[in-house]
Amino acid sequence: MAQSASPASGAPRLEGDRAALLREFWFYFSENRGAVIGLWIFLFVCAVAVLADVIAPHGPIEQYRDALLKPPFWMEGADPRFLLGTDAVGRDILSRLIHGSRYSLFVGCIVVSGALVVGVILGLIAGYVGGWLDSLIMRVMDIILAFPSLLLALVLVAILDPSLTNAMIAIAIVQQPHYVRLTRAAVLSERNRDYVIAAKVAGARAPRLMFNTILPNCLAPLIVQAALSFSSAILDAAALGFLGMGAQPPTPEWGTMLAEAREFILRAWWVVTMPGLAILITVLAINLMGDGLRDALDPKLKRS
Amino acid sequence: MLRFILIRLGLLVPTFIGITIAAFGFIRVLPGDPVVLMAGERGVSEERHAELMQQFGFDQPIWLQYLDFLRNVMSGDLGTSLVTKKPVLVEFMALFPATLELSLCAIIFAAILGIPAGIIAATRRGSWLDQSIMGTALIGYSMPIFWWGLLLIIFFSGMLQLTPVSGRISLMFFFPPVTGLMLVDSLLSGQKGAFASAVQHLILPTIVLGTIPLAVIARQTRSAMLEVLGEDYVRTARAKGLTPFRVIGLHALRNALIPVITTIGLQVGVLLGGAILTETIFSWPGIGKWMVDAIFRRDYPSVQGGLLLIALVVMFVNLVVDLLYGLINPKIRHVR
Repeated sequence: MAQSASPASGAPRLEGDRAALLREFWFYFSENRGAVIGLWIFLFVCAVAVLADVIAPHGPIEQYRDALLKPPFWMEGADPRFLLGTDAVGRDILSRLIHGSRYSLFVGCIVVSGALVVGVILGLIAGYVGGWLDSLIMRVMDIILAFPSLLLALVLVAILDPSLTNAMIAIAIVQQPHYVRLTRAAVLSERNRDYVIAAKVAGARAPRLMFNTILPNCLAPLIVQAALSFSSAILDAAALGFLGMGAQPPTPEWGTMLAEAREFILRAWWVVTMPGLAILITVLAINLMGDGLRDALDPKLKRS
Repeated sequence: MLRFILIRLGLLVPTFIGITIAAFGFIRVLPGDPVVLMAGERGVSEERHAELMQQFGFDQPIWLQYLDFLRNVMSGDLGTSLVTKKPVLVEFMALFPATLELSLCAIIFAAILGIPAGIIAATRRGSWLDQSIMGTALIGYSMPIFWWGLLLIIFFSGMLQLTPVSGRISLMFFFPPVTGLMLVDSLLSGQKGAFASAVQHLILPTIVLGTIPLAVIARQTRSAMLEVLGEDYVRTARAKGLTPFRVIGLHALRNALIPVITTIGLQVGVLLGGAILTETIFSWPGIGKWMVDAIFRRDYPSVQGGLLLIALVVMFVNLVVDLLYGLINPKIRHVR
């Protein structure tokens, strides 16, 4: 939808074209300082997640009975072995945070890819086929959107039994209507353009028209949405974990860590502060990137 | 206008039916026996099982069950809570004012801070002020609010001892609910200090619940303002020699507010979702906490009824926003 304004769109892109597009994208993306910072932080979190086993000083569920609720290193009474202190059962908070990054990124990836694939397919069908199928799909999406997403996810997880996997399924279900709507809107605006009709006349069948001809030209808003829903997936999964309906203890998931730390908020602030800070920084980095992506990909909103 | 309203209402019918199917269906998609499921780990005897099956109508064909359910819903019967044995609707109505009060305060808080912040950011575009406002807004937008609530408790309740940690009013005060809104009831009760206590209890939950709407409103106001400031009529107003205050306050703001109002309306779903977390953190006796408790207690009639009622509230508010939007902006009402 967004890229259709440029004359190059629709025509089969050559490799050189693609490199030029990428360069143009990077030019606009890197103009946004925040987005670049966000990208670096995000890459850092990814590196931490990949190297968790190597860089974590302790095991995520290893308990040190002699060091319960030790404060971080800059405070009095700190234990030099535990940089960010320990929790109520003597586990190293830093190591748990490092391992927790895996869960958050994993949740984001799985939820976004699940919601994206299902949402795009449904949206393409709704927009391309139209008729009663379109009405049916869109009404179902309206119904999903009528419930507050966190509440619906909560109820779905309660039905499916609380676990991280089920939390991811529930979050993907409540997120995919956004992809369906975006894809459908983009398809409707592209469907009757010349290049699509040309492809149809040339004998392309419906699946090819949908996936190879129309879809690449609807990608810009979908990419922006993917970045946004990556961060909200992390937030929702942490919220479910916090409510006891996501990852179960002793998994070092950030939201679950917060839930376990709740009773110590007035005694040991660091147990509560650290996991939340990790969530905030990760989500913030992704949202910064999302803003940059939107500026770079969506000419309508460019520099507004 | 009447036609517009009727069309909008007509569109709600399939959504309403869909919501009832979703609320009806969720307990029945579970594998296994619904009665055993509700009983949980306690289990039930053979006779009690048959009795319950009949009581809930689980022995009937599914479509008959649904029609029964729909008929009950239409007559206001949403079933009885398994835990308190009270009608779900009665429980919901008793707790809803608490959530309503909290949500209203949160949205007012968000609008009062967010709209001016957005205007300032837009008029000083690119300045350090703009950048810091938008930076703060993005942080607010990325905030895990359950953590934010805990931080505020640590700081204001723990370190400064300024605000209470939970509840709606100090236990020292007791008066029968009139409106259900604690701020109003405490004033009506005439008891000294009751209103102040209610306000103290409300401050932190309001901030927590209002944070994300605040960020969204500030961002939306800024971009709407920027769009309007580029319009010809604003340039004309400037050229006429009007003071910047009049140009922004009178000419630009009025047009920029239209999308902002829609945004505020669309925050209702976000608020009700956020209420689940906020009410859990502050032990606020509203429907969010009630739903979480019901889910944990496997009180399925309450979950089912609550789900339905909350969806209806969201649907209703969206309808009102839609209609208001049509009222403010005649273009919309003629298009459809």
